[in-house]
Amino acid sequence: MNAPAPVLDSPAGVCIDSRFTVPGIKCAGCIGKIERGLGELPGIAAARVNFSAKRVAVSHAPEFDDARIIEELRKLGFEAERAAENPLARDDAETRRLLRAMAVAGFGMMNIMLLSVSVWAGADAITRDMFHWISALIAVPVVAYSGRPFFASAAMALRYRRTNMDVPISIGVLLATGLSIYETATGGKHAYFDGAVMLLFFLLAGRVLDAVMRDRARSGIGALLGRMGKGATVVEEGGKTRWVASESLAPGMVMLVAAGESLAADGEVIEGRTTIDASMLTGESKPQAVAIGDEVHAGTINLGSPVTVRVTAAADDTVLADIARLMDEAGQSRSRYVRIADRAARLYAPAVHSLALLSFAGWMLAGAGVHHSLLIAVAVLIITCPCALGLAVPAAQVVAAGALMKRGLLIKDGSALERLAEADRALFDKTGTLTLGEPRPRDLDALDGESRALALALAQASQHPLSKGLARALQQEGVEPARVLDIAEQPGEGLRGLFNGSEVALLRSQAVGDGLAVDLVRGDRRQHIVFSDPLRPDVHAALDALAGLGVESAIVSGDRAATVEAVADELGLSGRGDMKPADKLDLLEELAGRGYRVLMVGDGLNDGPALAGAHVSIAPGGASDVSQQAADAVFVGERLMPVALAVRVARRTMAIVRENFLFAAIYNVLAVPLAIFGFVTPLIAAIAMSASSLVVVGNSLRLARAAK
Amino acid sequence: MTILAVLIPVALFMGLCGLAAFFWAMKRGQFEDLDGAANRILLDDEEDL
Repeated sequence: MNAPAPVLDSPAGVCIDSRFTVPGIKCAGCIGKIERGLGELPGIAAARVNFSAKRVAVSHAPEFDDARIIEELRKLGFEAERAAENPLARDDAETRRLLRAMAVAGFGMMNIMLLSVSVWAGADAITRDMFHWISALIAVPVVAYSGRPFFASAAMALRYRRTNMDVPISIGVLLATGLSIYETATGGKHAYFDGAVMLLFFLLAGRVLDAVMRDRARSGIGALLGRMGKGATVVEEGGKTRWVASESLAPGMVMLVAAGESLAADGEVIEGRTTIDASMLTGESKPQAVAIGDEVHAGTINLGSPVTVRVTAAADDTVLADIARLMDEAGQSRSRYVRIADRAARLYAPAVHSLALLSFAGWMLAGAGVHHSLLIAVAVLIITCPCALGLAVPAAQVVAAGALMKRGLLIKDGSALERLAEADRALFDKTGTLTLGEPRPRDLDALDGESRALALALAQASQHPLSKGLARALQQEGVEPARVLDIAEQPGEGLRGLFNGSEVALLRSQAVGDGLAVDLVRGDRRQHIVFSDPLRPDVHAALDALAGLGVESAIVSGDRAATVEAVADELGLSGRGDMKPADKLDLLEELAGRGYRVLMVGDGLNDGPALAGAHVSIAPGGASDVSQQAADAVFVGERLMPVALAVRVARRTMAIVRENFLFAAIYNVLAVPLAIFGFVTPLIAAIAMSASSLVVVGNSLRLARAAK
Repeated sequence: MTILAVLIPVALFMGLCGLAAFFWAMKRGQFEDLDGAANRILLDDEEDL
């Protein structure tokens, strides 16, 4: 449509495309606000909102990074989330192939049905034969094209001497088509071309729905190691320095780590003192002070002043690489989970095959002749083919996932919903999960209107966590920023600017003791703003809701035991502190061994292995990339309620899925005897098939309101 | 009945046209944002023309 023409502001003239999920897009106004708001920024060539997918595609200069775009979206009033690496690549090709197959099957179905209706209406002799021939001409290429996804999967299963849902489908479709061709050639009365093609159409509809929420590739490991510094400046014996890539670093080397650099190896500080951001390893947002003799880890970021570090472990031996390995191993167990549709197929496929075989044998014994008996057997296969079963699971899951997305929870695949419904224990990380994970001013009452406006103007200009927290809190209060000019940021000190000709500043607090704080300075007035990491606003309600669902919650955290206990007491939960990633994984295994299905909710990199290893997992939107990729679902916003909602909706979904299975079973109980006793004509098969599919889809649509 | 010799090919041809149109639309990304177009009509495009 009329998207603004891309104007390149990037000096290099190249733009990269990034995608963000923004669940808050609700109306036309939001589209305009985002597209104009982002489009005006230098460094952004174009922004395009996809309203249905609640996504924004941004074409921007490489130096305008994702974090800044998320920040800009937040300033516009939208919570945003980086979308999976390239959602349009592999998954989409698969979905498109299925969609094309479905379109072809739909085309074939309609045209064959047109001819079939005339046959049912009483066309006979030469007209009927001609119509059968035309149907055959349409059906054969359509079955060959649209049936490929099923034939391929069935062939694969048979090669490994197993069976799946696609085996009875393929046998049914192929037998029905083959027999109908024989009927047509010999001038027979019944041809099942319509049935075969219709079956393919309905089943493909189910497959398309399932593909829409297909697993995103778990490429967590690559992303994790990407966070580690790419290399370091190493000091050689003569005092000369050179750049060494991280994989060539070795224990004993001495590296210089500048402020803002991320460490490329584990080591020990031998010169200087600084603060480091270790939140990606520990989940602790508070900068950590380190001095000579302290241990520092790869992946942490040096926030303060330059330090010299002697490498103690590099490349594959770092703590970060250990976490990557743990995650890789933990993720294996989950791939063994069997989806409910496959569990149903294991019972279903042998039952259908033996029924068809028995009716063939029965009619042979009754003396009906091979041709007649085969016709009956094919009718049984066609009528029992799992049309409704194929739709039962994906239809319900797609509707439920859509409903949850509107409430700020993004589910990655259908199996996640199935596992979520089974959860009976919940483990929460503390920092960033139960709490917001970002410092917020504890109390803004001390500031008057003008001070607030000044504080916002200054805080907005910085990426420092304290500034960001202060800015967000003030924005939520509806404060408008004052016009402060010439704002300059001094790393490690604070921000200074000019307001009405006099200097104002937001500086690191000089008062010691009570944790994180900043001072707002105007002339000689100094106002102290203390920060803390508050609990999410609805944490009590969400935990109560989970308890109401029979899910017992507990806290596991890498934080100090005393801090964890304080929070646990406040929330009335049991809590364990000082947990390393491997400890969390051990605890999960122990709980799993006792028969619990654990829901893990966590954000930090240190939760990565636990998120990958838990029965099911959810990460908040503020989590590290790795955690978001390892988790089955991501919730955005400041509220914790989506977690409880997810469990409730997942259970409701499974209830609907079971109802769908029940409908399919009732349908079979009614229809199969008809088929076995030879009363099923192509007309009856067509009606039965569409009716059962409609019932299942209609029942699933009831979930649209489940998340309310 | 000879009219059938005309009508059936016509029906098939039109069906194929529909199929081709669907393939084309899918390739051009017409189904990427189904609700967006309905909302975009409400936007005032001052900056355009």
